Amino acid sequence: MAEVFHVVVCAGIVPDPLQTLEPVIGPNGPGLKNEMVLPAVLDPWAASSLYEAAQVVAKHPGSKLWLVSLGPKAKLQQVMMTIAQKVSFELMPVDGPIGGFPDAHATAATLTETIAALPGLDRGRLLLFGGWESATRGAGVTLQLIGELLGITDQFQGVDQIEMRADGSFEVLERIEGGKHQISVCAGVPAVLGWATGNLAEPRNNPQTGMANMRGIMPALQKAKTVKLEGNTLHYTSVNLPAQQRETRVEKNLSADAIAQELVQWITAE
Amino acid sequence: MSVDAAGTETQVAECERQRMDVDIACVGFGPAMGGFLTTLTQQWNKQPDDPAFASKAMPGMPLQVICYERADDIAAGVSGVVTRARGIRASLPNLNPNEIPMAAAITQERVMYLLDPVGASRRSLPLRAADAMLRAAGRLCVKDAAFELPWTPGFLHKQGGLVLSMGQFNQWVGSELMAGGLAQIWPGSPVSGPIFGGESGTEVQGIRLADQGVDCEGTPADGFMAGMDVHAPLTVVGDGPVGAVGQAIDQRVGMPKGHAQREWALGMKMVIELPELGEDSELKPGTVWHTFGYPEPEIFGFLYVHPERLVSAGIFVPSWMGDSSRTAYRYLQHYIQHPALWKHLKGGTLRSWGAKSLQESGQHGEPFLSGDGYARIGEGSGSTNMLTGSGVDEAWTTGVQLADAVVELLRAEKPFTRENLKATYEVARNASWVEHDAEAAKNARNGFHGGVVRGMMGMALAGLTRGRLSLKARIPAAYKQIRAAEDAERDDALARVAASGGHPLHDVIMTARGWPEIPFDGKLLVTQQDALLMGGKVQAMPGFADHVTFRKPELCAACAEKTCIAMCSGQAITQGAGGVPAFEREKCIHCGACLWNCAHSPDGERGNIEFRAGSGGLHSAEN
Repeated sequence: MAEVFHVVVCAGIVPDPLQTLEPVIGPNGPGLKNEMVLPAVLDPWAASSLYEAAQVVAKHPGSKLWLVSLGPKAKLQQVMMTIAQKVSFELMPVDGPIGGFPDAHATAATLTETIAALPGLDRGRLLLFGGWESATRGAGVTLQLIGELLGITDQFQGVDQIEMRADGSFEVLERIEGGKHQISVCAGVPAVLGWATGNLAEPRNNPQTGMANMRGIMPALQKAKTVKLEGNTLHYTSVNLPAQQRETRVEKNLSADAIAQELVQWITAE
Repeated sequence: MSVDAAGTETQVAECERQRMDVDIACVGFGPAMGGFLTTLTQQWNKQPDDPAFASKAMPGMPLQVICYERADDIAAGVSGVVTRARGIRASLPNLNPNEIPMAAAITQERVMYLLDPVGASRRSLPLRAADAMLRAAGRLCVKDAAFELPWTPGFLHKQGGLVLSMGQFNQWVGSELMAGGLAQIWPGSPVSGPIFGGESGTEVQGIRLADQGVDCEGTPADGFMAGMDVHAPLTVVGDGPVGAVGQAIDQRVGMPKGHAQREWALGMKMVIELPELGEDSELKPGTVWHTFGYPEPEIFGFLYVHPERLVSAGIFVPSWMGDSSRTAYRYLQHYIQHPALWKHLKGGTLRSWGAKSLQESGQHGEPFLSGDGYARIGEGSGSTNMLTGSGVDEAWTTGVQLADAVVELLRAEKPFTRENLKATYEVARNASWVEHDAEAAKNARNGFHGGVVRGMMGMALAGLTRGRLSLKARIPAAYKQIRAAEDAERDDALARVAASGGHPLHDVIMTARGWPEIPFDGKLLVTQQDALLMGGKVQAMPGFADHVTFRKPELCAACAEKTCIAMCSGQAITQGAGGVPAFEREKCIHCGACLWNCAHSPDGERGNIEFRAGSGGLHSAEN
């Protein structure tokens, strides 16, 4: 009999990375300027994990896919109108705050509680997916903490590929230094996989998938539990955006070969 | 090769398409659709058990109302607006601007005539004389090279209205609607055209979504997914002035006798975060400035102040500015540097930027408002009032009127035929203030086809007499409004300069005309390409066909004007091989300017550029 998996994807929403993001210090600590004004998207790393999860579920009939997402209900609803068109899933929303830099422990505790309460979830079949990074302010530990809290010790980070085997084991490609992958074989689920970009293209928008998903998404959003993330042990002294390096030079007389040569020198000098 | 739903030749052979049936299919989510869906939802909420709201497409379910929006997010609208908000407030009596980011109640309105502090503006003799008189009068009436009109004409007033960010307003309305549960709004879903049928071939039976997984010419490629056919007894067309569905219907059924959409403008603006404001700053939230006279006499400008030190500043470049080298971005940069504005904006930071085409024909360009199986609302239906410079409230109200008509027909169990829609929607619209004001505005801008001074006089005449008096004009097709290149030999030389320096031609022409180079500061004065990255954030999903195509490439090859390149807001249209422009859809912000900025027509009315449904565009909600 083919293996059946229960795949849970943890994916938050973040301001569209194409927006101008500007850290500010507010009354509740650091945050992003006008964050509620900015359009939101599913965190791109976690979105990759959702598409990979859908692939796993499609290949293993009887498997199930949940998307657990914490964010303001109205923003979640808006993001779901795009995501719901791409793959089929069951949404478990948690109505929580956006903005600021919440304590990863508080976030992990809330998400763990939500996952543990998923109706019909068999933790013996659990594959916990998420992004290994965030497009805005990833602590880089939330997924690992959820895994720990759920008692899952097989954890992989920077995953680009998973290959399920007939005996229930699976092979994972994790990113390591030098642009290489480390190949691991895991005896079986449960496991935690923090995804890098994966290998799948973003699925096309399929309106019928969207319509089918919405039948579950809207009621789930209406019933979403409201939480406050009380992370009072963590204080940020400062935050900043990664520095952008942009050097522009206008060259009128250089040949294409000369420009290419200069670029090669610049790249290899790193 | 086949012909798609919009009647356009495509590379996709007939293939099996998914089909879905809904009760009402809607195209385009803007203020008109906001008004339509809000009213429909309100009516449903009052009587959810009313059998009129039971779905026929999906028995046992409530009415299936699906709206498809091209942009990747419903907040990705463009335009900061000032509106009287009569219709909006009538629908939403408890509307609190504080709940909508960037919204403010109007506190002050000013109208200013801007003198030319640079000396490059191309002013007629009468204007030069007027300028000289104003300058002679000195500081008594001119301050910062601007003359403030002692009063704001009543027809321009927006008293009691709102300053809004269209993106934020759409986002707010959209989330209220979605929470209501009746309507679904799907972003990232371009609609390629209507599905025509019926005996006459003009009945609209639904819409077809754009094909995905195709190459730039529309040929199926990896991951091909044929666009789904969505069938509905009623299609609500609110896809704006350059929308594919509206265009296809106009081409199929024609326009009412004597009507044509020939007057356009490109609105381009920046959202600017101001430096700290002093207590005595003039720029209080809700401040509205209307300007004219600079950077060119034909270009109108505006400045709206939002809360939290945000300002929208922009210009309108009209089609009747016949200059073949007309452009928007560089003019906008000169506009914000005018001393009257710059003293406030200097030191500010560009937060967002965008542009959109405005249909400025008013009633002259009003299409058939309804037909068998469809109804038109919003700007694409000719609702924008060109005398008051107002469109959002009018668009919203047409949506409300249609929703009331739809509910009436549903309750009466009458089909959505042209006859029934005419008897309900069109009758209500024709009896409303929208049409009454549009009638007064009908000929208000005629004079501009005879020059700016004549145009201003005509506008004042129509405005002050509520349309009873106006100037007559023969309005040529948009392509005919573009004058031939003034000096082909000079332009050839400039073209060589542009090519060797990697500059756009219109930029070089403006410099040659005496416009100073822009002193880039990297924050507010940035190159157009930087604006795409800093302010607008343009992106396009892969797998869609090019939505800008050139109908007869030989016309492009022989074209000397290349106005499409000069007016392309995203610099997505550039010089291409053999004289035919090249199009990069990844840089297109879907402003639609290319549709009416073409000096040549294969058919005597439309330009040589096809503007179809496409994916992507601006990713900014602060517009």
